[in-house]
Amino acid sequence: MRAVRHWSVRNARGLMRLYDLFQNTIVALEPLVRRIGYDRLERPVAAVEHAIKGAMFDCQMCGQCALSSTGMSCPMNCPKNLRNGPCGGVRADGNCEVKPDMPCVWVKAWAGAQTMMSDNILDVQLPVDNRLKGHSSWLRIIREIKAGGPAKPKSTARKAA
Amino acid sequence: MKTKGQLEAKLARGEFVITAETTPPDGADEASVMAKVSCLKGLVDAVNVTDGAGARSHMSAFACAAIMAKNGIEPVLQFTVRDRNRLAIQGEFIGAPAMGIPNILCLHGDAITNGDQPDAKPVEDVDSKGLMSMARMLRDEGKLPSGREINPAPGLLIGAADTPRDPEPGFKPSGLQGKIDAGADFFQTQFAYDIEVLKRYMAVLNDAGITEQAHFIVGVGPLISAKSARWMTENLFGVHVPDHVIVRLEGAEDQRAEGRKICAELVQQFKEIKGISGAHLMAPRGEKLIAETLTEYNLRG
Repeated sequence: MRAVRHWSVRNARGLMRLYDLFQNTIVALEPLVRRIGYDRLERPVAAVEHAIKGAMFDCQMCGQCALSSTGMSCPMNCPKNLRNGPCGGVRADGNCEVKPDMPCVWVKAWAGAQTMMSDNILDVQLPVDNRLKGHSSWLRIIREIKAGGPAKPKSTARKAA
Repeated sequence: MKTKGQLEAKLARGEFVITAETTPPDGADEASVMAKVSCLKGLVDAVNVTDGAGARSHMSAFACAAIMAKNGIEPVLQFTVRDRNRLAIQGEFIGAPAMGIPNILCLHGDAITNGDQPDAKPVEDVDSKGLMSMARMLRDEGKLPSGREINPAPGLLIGAADTPRDPEPGFKPSGLQGKIDAGADFFQTQFAYDIEVLKRYMAVLNDAGITEQAHFIVGVGPLISAKSARWMTENLFGVHVPDHVIVRLEGAEDQRAEGRKICAELVQQFKEIKGISGAHLMAPRGEKLIAETLTEYNLRG
């Protein structure tokens, strides 16, 4: 659903706030998650995550969500799966070289990042870890934050120029 | 003749061939390649070059094979479907004879999850039979799957892998026939240390007409110890070192010397088995060990 995906980008800032709340909640629930077991929760959580993020962002379940760094425009919808900005083939009208009727995922991402007032889009994304495909990003984030891992500042507001 | 290679010529004459195996070096110069393989020069008919064996990066197999060809060692360039799509592979099929590489071996490749960069993406655009049929189309029809002509067409001898096993009653080598139908001119096999199993297996292949359609080069190698032989039986797919061989190694004063002797005896026995065209000597990081075995027992190819 491209229309919903584009709505999500237009409302990236609100969604980021919502997500921050959501992330705080799930991180707070970590003792419960641990008690039930990460492995047991993996399939049901991944299914729920796929349903929600699939509907809102056309999420491809790469398992290492970058939405908060890409203006809520999922980079895995780029036909070249580019995760660090657009290729050289963006058309003059801002559409995709491979799918001429689709706006470039990265043109959308830049617009989304502007509404988010965030510099996260400048972060360099590492190559995809293909082992994580189909796995829940949410569970991975909870685990990493609790382990003191890359608890990246989320919607760090950009200083007004 | 399909190629300008000595391997094909010798196989066509019905002479027993010896091939060996090397892994490209972790070094970015010609000297790194030759330091490993020069010991095999003149001793074997061709040397296989592994393609990211164990799903680990080294110098590219193509570069390594081209360096060997330039230095007078005929390569068998191994191709896996794991790391490149069909466009990349077709380009290398066309480039191989241009660099003096006449032989290829088409494989699937070890799983990326077992390598040292398990986060990498497995390509697997085609399977090993797809590889062989692409190579054959290029060679015999002189064209790419798109129909575009390649002139001159690449002269390539096409190889496939196999694992000898004890044939159960009613066993039909349909897998081998499938590879031959896809384009295989020769087979190189996994280690075969159980000579009785190999005899039974080859009898089935002879009866099914497999060995009339493709050359069979059987894998073997100098065992370095009883411990290593046990490890291979337990961990390597399709490998079975019989107990009497392990006992013999254990009883030996010098296990490495005994391993070379066992290997040489097996090669001699292969020569007596109908349908076997040669021996393929493998030893991980053991090019010198292979050379020693061949020299010591006068088995040069």
